[in-house]
Amino acid sequence: MTLQSLDTPARKGRGIPAPPVRAFLSRYGLVTAFLALWQVSSTVGWVSPAVFPPLDRIAAALWTGIASGALVDDIAISLQRAGLAFGAAVGLGIPMGLLMGQLRPVERALDPILQIFRQTSALALYPVFILLMGLGETSKVFVIFWATLFPILLATIGGVKQVDRKLVEMAESYGATRVQVFRRVILPASVPAIFVGLRLSATTALLLLIAAEMIGANKGIGFQVMNAQYNFQIPLMFAAIFLMAGLGLAANGILVLLQRRLCRWSQD
Amino acid sequence: MTVALERGGVAVRNLSKSYPLNGEVRPVLRGMDLTVRGGEVLAIVGPSGCGKTTLLRLLAGLEAPDRGEVLIDGRPVEGVGTERAVIYQEPRLLPWLTVLDNVAFGLDLRGVPAPKARDRARHYIRLVGLSEFETAWPRQLSGGMAQRVGIARALTVQPEILLLDEPLGALDAMTKLTMQEELTRIWREENVTMVLVTHDLEEAIFLADRVLVLSSDGTPPAVIPVDLPRPRDRNASGFVDLRRTLMARFGLH
Repeated sequence: MTLQSLDTPARKGRGIPAPPVRAFLSRYGLVTAFLALWQVSSTVGWVSPAVFPPLDRIAAALWTGIASGALVDDIAISLQRAGLAFGAAVGLGIPMGLLMGQLRPVERALDPILQIFRQTSALALYPVFILLMGLGETSKVFVIFWATLFPILLATIGGVKQVDRKLVEMAESYGATRVQVFRRVILPASVPAIFVGLRLSATTALLLLIAAEMIGANKGIGFQVMNAQYNFQIPLMFAAIFLMAGLGLAANGILVLLQRRLCRWSQD
Repeated sequence: MTVALERGGVAVRNLSKSYPLNGEVRPVLRGMDLTVRGGEVLAIVGPSGCGKTTLLRLLAGLEAPDRGEVLIDGRPVEGVGTERAVIYQEPRLLPWLTVLDNVAFGLDLRGVPAPKARDRARHYIRLVGLSEFETAWPRQLSGGMAQRVGIARALTVQPEILLLDEPLGALDAMTKLTMQEELTRIWREENVTMVLVTHDLEEAIFLADRVLVLSSDGTPPAVIPVDLPRPRDRNASGFVDLRRTLMARFGLH
């Protein structure tokens, strides 16, 4: 009787842990090199500093923007738009997906229409939403909601559908009621799939946010990217772009952390 | 009928079940009669498609018969029941629960308070020799260990009847032999009725009081008693003779 995965508790992850410097370089070496190349080519003049300003000027623009509060307002309004839309997509997508995944006829009837909606770019529909809801906040939040709903919904349906029928039967043979089967088997089994949808949707939300803010907005990080470019404040433009990337990384990081907490059982 | 009334006794009366296959209805069980005494071990053997798993699923109440009935403790079976527990070929553990929580799963479903359920689960984890692994996740277990957890989970609900559907079929030869001895020990300690579906004739002789031989060509089922003292010696002449008799029934040598 052996237990290979338990008898080596000292080693976490795969392989022998690398020394810290090497571990850092192997993971972030390319990013560091890219940023260094940017800084050097801009200051030396290999690329036009007007188009690619050195990183220190971008950092200064970011700092000024945040210290003066101008960019903070943009961040706040952008987070509010993306957050509202994402929250609504989660609140609607997960329960709907859990229900649809269990009711085959409902799922079969709705699947074609969902596939069509999913394949229709939300951006292409944005003019329609503007027509229906005006150019204000509603259409912006709605277009993000629309784009984020489908990855969550489809991932949840997929998660529920792929639950091992044998586990369900096992629970039933112990006398589990339908509610117990759902709570104790179907729901936990679907969590990893749901997280795949959540992470996809979080990325989509930020993508759509920028697009929506580039049309008819006067605030927000996406607006700031366009606006800075019009006014030829290139460092500010890049500051806003980096800010966006940072938000994306942060959102993904939070979701990964949450997933680790909820799915400890599936990690190596 | 008195035998069927004792604790853990099973009576099968005129049981029939058929399945649709390629547009035609294929009968797998035709008017079967069978009695299992309380505390007895009955092994069911036969070629694939002979209905041995179907019979077990009908006993478990996971499927309903077309005709006839199953009586347990003298009462007709309608669906699953708390006096029966099923052990499958795969351990069917919930990967998001620890070994302890998996074993307590059946009691949790029945609303037994968590501390009491855990206490009883610990007892059966000890019985299958896995006390050190209470907090392990299923993915960390070997096949034999996972199957032991499945067995402990079934024992924890303290059934009168254990229904085993090729429980050792997926294990390697060595583990299988150890587990057969383990099952004998558990059966003796728990005083439980066992109905065991297997395709391993030696396993049937090693474990069972009687072997039910099913066929897929319409030959009526036969019951062969195993009158050998336990613990059984696989090389004893009685054991070898019985294995030869059983193998001859399947045209094997």
